[in-house]
Amino acid sequence: MNRGFAFHGAVLGLFCLGFGAVLAVTNRLTEADIAARATEDRQASLGQVIPDGIHDNDLLADVVRIPAEPGREVTVYRAMEKGTVTGVAYEVSGTGYAGKIRMMLGVGADGRVLGVRVLAHRETPGLGDKIEVKKSDWIQRFAGLALGDPPVEKWQVKKDGGQFDQFTGATITPRGVVAAIRDGLAFFSEHQTQLTEVRQDVR
Amino acid sequence: MSDSYGTIARDGLWDNNGVLVMLLGMCPTMAMTNTATNGLGMGLATAVVMAASSLLVAAFRRWITQEVRIPVYILIVASMVTLVDLAMNAWMHELYKVLGLFIPLIVSNCLPLARLESFAAREPVLPSLADGLFMGIGFTLALTAIGAVREVLGAGTLFADAALLLGPAFKFMELRLLPEHMGILMMILPPGGFLVTGLLVVAKRMVDVRAGKPIQMAGAHSAG
Repeated sequence: MNRGFAFHGAVLGLFCLGFGAVLAVTNRLTEADIAARATEDRQASLGQVIPDGIHDNDLLADVVRIPAEPGREVTVYRAMEKGTVTGVAYEVSGTGYAGKIRMMLGVGADGRVLGVRVLAHRETPGLGDKIEVKKSDWIQRFAGLALGDPPVEKWQVKKDGGQFDQFTGATITPRGVVAAIRDGLAFFSEHQTQLTEVRQDVR
Repeated sequence: MSDSYGTIARDGLWDNNGVLVMLLGMCPTMAMTNTATNGLGMGLATAVVMAASSLLVAAFRRWITQEVRIPVYILIVASMVTLVDLAMNAWMHELYKVLGLFIPLIVSNCLPLARLESFAAREPVLPSLADGLFMGIGFTLALTAIGAVREVLGAGTLFADAALLLGPAFKFMELRLLPEHMGILMMILPPGGFLVTGLLVVAKRMVDVRAGKPIQMAGAHSAG
């Protein structure tokens, strides 16, 4: 075939156009369902760190955004009962053995941990994955603790002089998790008024 | 014609198996076979993509000119992968949470591309569809087998979380064969993937030698 490059270009262009259209249609068809699934996922992870009994609002609806480091905001979901904030939940992340460990941290209005759950991680299966609630109850030990109970210098794994168990063969993973929760609680006490006040003009 | 469909099926499932003979698609093979369930899910998603893209390439084969065929193949495979990705995210969300990260990996799998170039580009629609399907099923069987061996040796379970993939009715498939902490961790880490794949390639050839079949060298077939 001795057709010019313009012809081949046109053939390729037509294929791109055709499949582009197919993808656009699929995107349109699935968009709503995908958004609904994402909302369900978020609701499920919030439900694990904030007990149902302490709020009467829709967690996803009462959201405040707090600027953290420059260029980054923390989205905080607030649990409210009869108009007062009873707890908050937000994402924290720590550095593990194989990249970031993302967690959802729930904190009560008194500054105590309501619950923590790992959302995503890439730690070694069999060693570092004991941070998942599915594999071990380790992560549940944080519930009820606060910054100061135990004292800040005890918010470390035992190997570093703290009070939290590391795992056999994996220290870096729990170290990252403990540090992330500690920093998450520090974030709460730093922004406590902002997080727990309910502005009357909005309500 | 029925004879040629038989050949296509035998080729895809055993004689010219994508993983165990042609050694193609090693990236998803290594990444997704730490459990039998993951291997099965990855294999099924790949089979769907292969069947659909083989069908499309065969249907459009008169319009796909020699000069731009490779970009068009990649375009078609990538479009099919995106379709599967979006559809699974929307309608099979539990499964998507397990496999989601790895669906885009199918684009980097050279097995679909090899079959498009060596089969679908030359043959009519129906045989091409059959080839894509059987090559995909062969890929699925190989991945499930590798995953099963790695999972039993590494974690002591077989088909863990199968109910997540196939529905609650398949809970019975989830077995624990060895007590916990008995597994050889290395088997579910990347080195285990290489070891088990290598051993299964050897096992497949030994079966063929026993049966008196001539041994096919990797890539000796038109797929290259």
